[in-house]
Amino acid sequence: MAARFPSTIAAWRQALEAKPRHNLPSLLANLASAIDRCNPGLNCYIDWDGGEVQKALGGIDPEPRPGAGPLEGVPIGIKDVLNVKDQPCHCASRILEGYISPYDATVVARLRRAGAIPLGRLNMDEFAMGSTNENSAYGPVRNPWNKDHVAGGSSGGAAAAVAAGVAVAALGTDTGGSIRQPAAFCGCVGLKPSYGRVSRYGLTAFASSLDQVGPVTRTVADAATLLQCIAGRDPLDTTSLDVPVPDYTAALGSELGGLKLGLPAEYFADGVDPEVTRAVRAAIDECRRLGAEIIEVQLPHTRYAVATYYIIATAEASANLARFDGVRYGARVAGQDPLDSYQRTRATYFGPEVKRRIILGTYVLSSGYHDAYYLRAQKVRTLIRQDFERVFDQCDALLTPVAPTTAYRLGERIDDPLQMYLGDIFTVTANLAGICGLSVPCGFSTTGLPIGLQILGPALREATILQIGHAYEQATNWSAQHPPHGREAIQS
Amino acid sequence: MNAPVTYKVSIGLETHVQLRTRSKIWCTCPNRFGRPPNTDVCPVCLGYPGTMPVLNAAAVKQTVCAGLLLGCTINYRSKFDRKSYFYPDMPKNYQISQYDQPLCTGGAVTIEVDDQPRTIRIQRIHLEEDVAKNVHFADVSGVDFNRAGTPLMEIVSEPDIESADEAFAYLQALKQMLVYGGITDGNLEEGNIRCDINCSVRPVGQQELGTKTEIKNMNTFKGVHRSLTYEIQRQIDVLQAGGRITQETRRWDDERGVTSAMRSKEYAHDYRYFPEPDLVPVVLEESPLETWRAALPEMPAQRRARFVADLGLPPYDAEVLVADKAVADFFEAALAAGAAPKPASNWVMTELLRALGEKEWTLAEARITPENLARLLQLLEEGQINTPAAKTIFSACFEQGGDPVAIMQAKGLSQVSDEGALTAWVDAAIAAHPKSVADYQGGKPAALQFLMGQVMRASRGKANPPKVLAALKAKLDA
Ligand SMILES: [Zn+2]
Repeated sequence: MAARFPSTIAAWRQALEAKPRHNLPSLLANLASAIDRCNPGLNCYIDWDGGEVQKALGGIDPEPRPGAGPLEGVPIGIKDVLNVKDQPCHCASRILEGYISPYDATVVARLRRAGAIPLGRLNMDEFAMGSTNENSAYGPVRNPWNKDHVAGGSSGGAAAAVAAGVAVAALGTDTGGSIRQPAAFCGCVGLKPSYGRVSRYGLTAFASSLDQVGPVTRTVADAATLLQCIAGRDPLDTTSLDVPVPDYTAALGSELGGLKLGLPAEYFADGVDPEVTRAVRAAIDECRRLGAEIIEVQLPHTRYAVATYYIIATAEASANLARFDGVRYGARVAGQDPLDSYQRTRATYFGPEVKRRIILGTYVLSSGYHDAYYLRAQKVRTLIRQDFERVFDQCDALLTPVAPTTAYRLGERIDDPLQMYLGDIFTVTANLAGICGLSVPCGFSTTGLPIGLQILGPALREATILQIGHAYEQATNWSAQHPPHGREAIQS
Repeated sequence: MNAPVTYKVSIGLETHVQLRTRSKIWCTCPNRFGRPPNTDVCPVCLGYPGTMPVLNAAAVKQTVCAGLLLGCTINYRSKFDRKSYFYPDMPKNYQISQYDQPLCTGGAVTIEVDDQPRTIRIQRIHLEEDVAKNVHFADVSGVDFNRAGTPLMEIVSEPDIESADEAFAYLQALKQMLVYGGITDGNLEEGNIRCDINCSVRPVGQQELGTKTEIKNMNTFKGVHRSLTYEIQRQIDVLQAGGRITQETRRWDDERGVTSAMRSKEYAHDYRYFPEPDLVPVVLEESPLETWRAALPEMPAQRRARFVADLGLPPYDAEVLVADKAVADFFEAALAAGAAPKPASNWVMTELLRALGEKEWTLAEARITPENLARLLQLLEEGQINTPAAKTIFSACFEQGGDPVAIMQAKGLSQVSDEGALTAWVDAAIAAHPKSVADYQGGKPAALQFLMGQVMRASRGKANPPKVLAALKAKLDA
C-alpha cells in the first residue's frame, strides 16, 4: 500500500522539491491536523495544542531552499528529555513543571544547522526510566498497532509517533534500550549510536555513562541521514569522540556478501516468546539469503547484564537527578529550611519509578555497600565489554531479538518492576559495552503486534549495522506497513 | 608555646585556594569577584538539566604548577569524582572533585617559627569546583551563583603542624608561594584562601594521634590562629579533667572567641563518591609538563638569596622586600629603571611601606611608579634636591602620581648650591648668633649643628646641606 502522506524524511523532501512544489506551511499544517486527530488516542506528544507549528514556522523560512541542508524544511520530533531553546523540557516529570530551556542541546542545534525544524515534545517515561512509557506524568503512550498495548519505553512517544506517521522522524535517547525497544514494539527503526558518537550536551542525563541520543525513523536510510547530521565531536561534551564521521548513506546497499554475522547463544535461550524467535530466525535466514555468513557465538556474561545495568544506571541517576530541588527551576514545595523544602519537593513531584531508582542508586553508592555493588558492577561491566570485543573478532555484527516479547498490555507489568527490568536483557548490554545497535521491524505476532530484529555492531561501526538493516529492509516490506491507529488509517 | 609541655599537638590543614584563571572551571563564565549577584552565570554553572562540564585546561596547569612549586609528585593520570550532598550552595547537589586520583601527591612546605625551620609535609593537591554563596536577608535567603564553578585547589597537609603559630606560618608561607607562582591573588577578603582545620592533642610519649576535631570554613589566618589557640587549650582541659575528646565538627565563633560543636545533622554526610561520567580522565603529557616546570617563577626563598648575593642587600632588607611579591616586583623594576639597590631598598622599606600602611592601600592603589622612584633617587644622588624635598616629592608621587622633576619644579624644591646665595645665608646666620659662634670656636661642635639649622631654615630647606656645612666651617675655622 503506497503511503498517501510523506512519512519519511526522503518523502517529505521529495514533497518539498516536487513540481509543482508543496509549500512548507501547508505540509506542516496537514501534519499538525494529523497529530490533532491521532494524539488524543496515542498520547505521543506532551501538551500538544496545535500551536507548535505556528511557533515553529515563526522562526523559519516558509519557503525552504531545497538542497540547502540535508534536512531543509523537515520537522523532527524531539523526545521531552532534550533541551530546545525557549521550549519546556519536562522529561515527562512534574518536577520540571514551568521549566523553559534557555538553550539548545547540541543535537538540536545540529538539526537546525541541517535545516530541520524541531517539532513537539515527545512523550517518554519520566526521566527516561521505564520500558513501557507508563511512567510518564503525562500519561502512557499507546501502541498505534493496538491501543490496549504499550508503545514501549522510554522513547515510547517517539516510536509511536513515527510508526503512526505523525512524526516524520524523531530523536530519542537510549540508556538501556530506550530507542530500540519502543521501535521494535511500534514497528519502526531505532538506532542507538556507540557511546561518544553523538553529543550528550543538552540531553537531561539519566545515566551519563550509558546515555546516547539516536534517531527513531520509519526507514534505515532515514536513520542514516539523521545520524549523519547529529554525529561527531562536540567541544561541549568531552566524552564525545574526536573521530571522523563516515558517510552513512553511501554504505547503504542491497547485498550482504562478505559479512559474517554472529548469533549469540545467550540471546536465543528459553524465555523468549516463540513468535519473536520465529520472526528473528526468519530474518536471519533472509540475511543469509542476502549473502551473509551466519555463525554461532557466545557472550557468557549476558546473564549478569540486567543486574549490572540497574546498579550502574541507578547510581549515576541518583546523582544526576539530585539537581531537581526546586531552587533554580521547576516545581517547588516550601519547607521550614532548604533541606525540608527539597524533601517535600522531591517527594511531591517525582513519580514512583524515579523514586525507586534514586533510592536504589543511593543505596548502591552508600558507604559499606559501594564496593559490593557499584564497584563489582563496574568490574562485570568490563567483562561484558570484553565479551563483545571477543565476538567482534569473529564477526562483523550480531543478530538478536530486541526484546523477549512483543509489546505488553497496558498495566501488565507496571506492578512488577523486576519482570519489567528483565525485559531489557537484550538491549542493556550494548549500553554497558558502549557499542552500537539498530532495531528494524522483522514481522508481526499473530495478534498483529510488531517484532524487532536487533543488529549489534562494534563501537563506531554504525555504517555496518545500517548497511545490514537497510539490505534486510529492502528485501522485506515490514517497514511499509501502516498501523490502524496512525495517520494513513485515520486521516482522509 | 600554646600547649603545656605535657601535650603534643597535631594539626592538619585543608587549604582551599581559588585559582586565578580567566574563566570558571567548567564553563566560559568569567572568574571574577564583586559583580552583582547572579550575573556571571550560565546554564552550566547553574546546573541546568542537560548541561555538561568542560574542564578548564588553565586550572589544571595552575594546580600542577602549584604541585611543582611544593615539590609534589605530579600524577600523569588523574580523574574527577562526584561528591554528593544536598545544600543550596550546590547547583547540582554534587560537587565535582577528585577523590582517589588527585593531580598531585606528596610535597612539602618549609616554615620557620622562632628561628626553627620545620618541614610540613603535603599529602595531596586536588582540583574541584567552588560552590555558590548563600546570602541571608531579614526574612529570606538567597543564593549568589557567581562564585559557583570558580576553580578551587585543595591542598591537604599531613598532621605535621604542632602549634597555632606554626599553622599561621604555614599559611603565610603557602600564600606567599602561591602568589609568587601567579596561581592565586591570595586575597583573603575575597575568599581566595579558606581552610578547614583538623586538630588533636595527645600526651607526650603517646604514639598514635589523639581524637581529632574539625573546624570548618576559616577565612582569615588570624582566625585560624585564634581558633587553634582556643581549641588546643580546650582539648587539653578536657583531657586533664579526665574527659575524652569527641570526634566532631566544630564552628568557630569569632566574636566570642570560642569553638562549639555543630549538630551532627549539619556535617554527617555520606558523600557517595563515584567517578564523574561526564568528564574523561585527565592525562598529562611529559613535554608540556617540562615546559611548565621550566617556566616556573622564582620563589620567595630564591629571591631573598638573590637579593643578598647579587644585590648586596642585608638579609633583613631582602626579607622585608620579598614578603610581598608586588613590593619586590616594584623594587626590581626601580632597579631596572636605574636606581641603585641599597637606596632603592631604603626608600621602599621606609617611605613606600609606611605610606601604604598609613593609607591602607595595596601597591596597585598607589600612583607612584618604579620609574618615578628611580628618577627621584637620581635627583637626590645628583644633589638637585635634599632629603626633605625628596620626601615631599615622594608623597606627591605616591598620592597623585606625576614625574618627580615636574613636581620638583612646580613646588620649587630644587636645591640651592649657588655660592652667592649660600654665602649670604651663612653670613646672616653667623651675624645673628654670635654666642653659637663663640661656643663652636670654644670647642662645642654641637653649636655648628645649630647654625646649620638656621641656614636651612632661612633657605626654607632648599640649601644643599653638605655645601652649607663646608661654607660654615670655612668661615668659622678661618
Ligand atoms: Zn557559567
